[in-house]
Amino acid sequence: MGEVKKKLKNLGEDVLKDINLGKNPDINIPVRSLSNVIYDEKLKQLTLGDKVSRRYLFNVAHAKRFMQTMLVSAFCKELQEQGIHTSLRDLFYALKRTLPNSDENTFDEQRESDPIIVDLEVMLDVLREQLNLNADVRGRVVGNVVVKDRGDTINWSKLGSGGWAIPSNVEDIQIKKVKSKYILVIEKNAAFERLHEDKFWQKQKCILVTTQGQAARGPRRLIQRLSTDFKLPVYVFTDADSYGWYIYSVIKYGSISLAHISERLGCPNAKFLGLTISDIDEFDLKNFTIKARDVDIKRAKEMMKYDWFKHKAWQKELKLMIQRKIKAELEALSGRGLKFMTEVYLPKKIKKKEFLP
Amino acid sequence: MVRTTSDSKRIAGSIDKIAEKLSKDQREVSVSEFFEKNRHLLGYDNPTRALLTVVKELVDNSLDATEEARILPRIWVEVKPSRADRFRVMVKDNGPGMTDKQVPLALGKLLYGSKFFRLRQSRGTQGIGASGTILYSQLTTGKPTTIIASTGNGKTSYYELMIDVKKNEPEIVSHQFINDGKTWHGMKIEMEIEGRYIESRQSVPEYIKEVAIANPYADIVFDGPNGKMEFKRSASELPSLPKEIMPHPHGIELGILRRMLKSTKSRTVSSFLMNDFTRIGSGTAKEICEKAGIDPRISPKRLEIEDSEKVFKAMQKVKLIRPPTDCLSPLGENLLIKGLQKEYNAEFFAAVSRPPEVYRGNPFQIEAAIAYGGELPEEGSVKIMRLTNRVPLLYQEGDCAITKAITRTDWRRYGLSQSGKNVPVGPAVVIVHLASVWVPYISESKQAIASYPVIIKEMKLALQEVGRRLHRHVAGKRRIEKQKKRMEIFERYFPVVAESVAKLTGKKQGPILNKLKNIIKKSKKAVVDGRSKKETKKSR
Repeated sequence: MGEVKKKLKNLGEDVLKDINLGKNPDINIPVRSLSNVIYDEKLKQLTLGDKVSRRYLFNVAHAKRFMQTMLVSAFCKELQEQGIHTSLRDLFYALKRTLPNSDENTFDEQRESDPIIVDLEVMLDVLREQLNLNADVRGRVVGNVVVKDRGDTINWSKLGSGGWAIPSNVEDIQIKKVKSKYILVIEKNAAFERLHEDKFWQKQKCILVTTQGQAARGPRRLIQRLSTDFKLPVYVFTDADSYGWYIYSVIKYGSISLAHISERLGCPNAKFLGLTISDIDEFDLKNFTIKARDVDIKRAKEMMKYDWFKHKAWQKELKLMIQRKIKAELEALSGRGLKFMTEVYLPKKIKKKEFLP
Repeated sequence: MVRTTSDSKRIAGSIDKIAEKLSKDQREVSVSEFFEKNRHLLGYDNPTRALLTVVKELVDNSLDATEEARILPRIWVEVKPSRADRFRVMVKDNGPGMTDKQVPLALGKLLYGSKFFRLRQSRGTQGIGASGTILYSQLTTGKPTTIIASTGNGKTSYYELMIDVKKNEPEIVSHQFINDGKTWHGMKIEMEIEGRYIESRQSVPEYIKEVAIANPYADIVFDGPNGKMEFKRSASELPSLPKEIMPHPHGIELGILRRMLKSTKSRTVSSFLMNDFTRIGSGTAKEICEKAGIDPRISPKRLEIEDSEKVFKAMQKVKLIRPPTDCLSPLGENLLIKGLQKEYNAEFFAAVSRPPEVYRGNPFQIEAAIAYGGELPEEGSVKIMRLTNRVPLLYQEGDCAITKAITRTDWRRYGLSQSGKNVPVGPAVVIVHLASVWVPYISESKQAIASYPVIIKEMKLALQEVGRRLHRHVAGKRRIEKQKKRMEIFERYFPVVAESVAKLTGKKQGPILNKLKNIIKKSKKAVVDGRSKKETKKSR
């Protein structure tokens, strides 16, 4: 029996033991909130503490999630037994149904089933991928790299304008050849397209990755593998606002909600390239800034308290944003001309190594 | 007749003011004449109300008589249409009856009786008593009233009576006194009156129903135009017989004092004060006379009008002990609840008797009761029953102190809904009973209690206490319902949990589901037994 399958069976047996004893069955789930997330200075990683929450069947506040956890666990065991994979969305639809004699559904939205899967990962100490579950595909890559995926050889430099869509599970991908000096991770698709069209990756001999917003697990694991296996520096390029910067921190240190797998996804040597609030003055982008919303400011204030943003360079940027109540998107660079980003901003930053830690 | 003494003194009080004013500078107006001209003041203003008033007077009279004789009342009431706009009303009781000689005096004369001024809690709230109904019958139909009475001595009196309005004397149309050997006791009064019969809120059947609730020790049969209703007694103990007391100096009015001065047997003002009032000793009597500047040794009959006013004012100024309260006979929490249980199929009952209090020298006592839930209608305002000395009040609800006390109580905190200072809404009946030797009505029609602050305060205290008990009930009920809902939630998830655990472990689903159901069965029992605390802890 596979290890994952065994863990799932044990989970069921623990619950059954309680039921047979007439006890209130419970499951223990490590807490995944800021209060139980520790920033490991040495490893430059967010890791999970040892706080555990108990989820009971006979507790009105827990009952539904207890039922959902059992339901998802049983489904995952079936995936293991049949040796098939499915997506988070498929799982949601496969398990969504109306409970008998009521108008209540097992799940109403995918937002409810996704955290249950993370619960399972933490509880059983397995990865989502090991549970045969894939996230939706998000993130693309171009560059001078050759990989092998399910028997197909793919050259990232020969995929036309679209680039290669990064699968959600990159564990089984073999990286055959890498001819690049660094990895540039871009938050936004539009900037990625601009750089791709301008042949930036050819000129600069780099790999371009777009995360298309918050980085999914596939791209994060891929970046980590490329950077550690081939000793490539990682530069992250996001909007100049609290959300963009948090995307960077997730790539570098891991996220609060997935602190349990930081070690597999984190990229501690990543550096932040831009945009910063300071860039606005340095590159004369003042006319292209946006007024920061209250939520942006609130988020910035929260981030100032995070241990992994305590570096004075970051404290300065966050403070600037809060004080000036402005932010800038990558598109602001286009205000200085369409090729300003490709020909002026990025080369200058990379050459001078003007990075934030 | 015994019972008219209590009625008469009420009449003395209520009509006193008006009658005295009217007669001051004119020739003496007989009370009967006064009634004839002012019947609207006394509950005979329209045919609907007149029918109710007649029934009410006769029923109240029967209840007073039976209670006084310590007999469990059994009362028959018949109201049948005779011809257009006319009804034949018959009320029969199992009371002590009365002697042959008493009958015409007691019923054919208004304000009959000698002990006008002693106070005792009694019904007789409707002004002019049984003789008033005979007068009304005579006024509207011109016919005499038939009275059959026996004291249980084997002889029966048959009378046909009318009243000589000018002289205020009985007019005996026919009379028989038969030694028939029948051993019944009681009275039967039958008359024809002008009236209109309805069955809504302020009607004869509603009145009878409320009487049955307020007097749960009485058996009442009502045979109306639309059929017979029977109200069986649910209690077999009578409330204690209230004691008579002399009036308290702080509770009387000038007019009454003057009448008392005229009719007293005492020979000096000092002995008058001591004998005819409660709580006045020789010291206080002396003090009053000094304050009034009156010689205590003169005859009370010789006091001038101005002097009587001085005495009256002096009486109000002296400090006195409160009146005794053993003159009150409240229903008691037990009878209040029995009364409600008899007529309402509710799930919760509570009643409260407040300790006696005093307003303006008059002792009174407030009781409140509530019936809640069960088959009472969820929609609409709470039904209010207003009682004074066990007599339901049906008119002028909005002006009554009881209504004010109810609307000024915050019922939301007790589990009923209420918008602003309105009558609360919910499945409930609320009774407020004022027992007093002298009920302060706002007008001569005696259908609404005056809003003395101390009376409202006592009513609110009583209502708040029943409210708190109601709240405990409602909160407990809600808790059980909440627990039930929780159990339902758990049960709803059982099939999924059982199926999933079966898949995970490879065991059969059925036994797992049964085990889960067994766990909940235990918890459910705990909830019903009120031992839910342990279980809730466990399920936290």
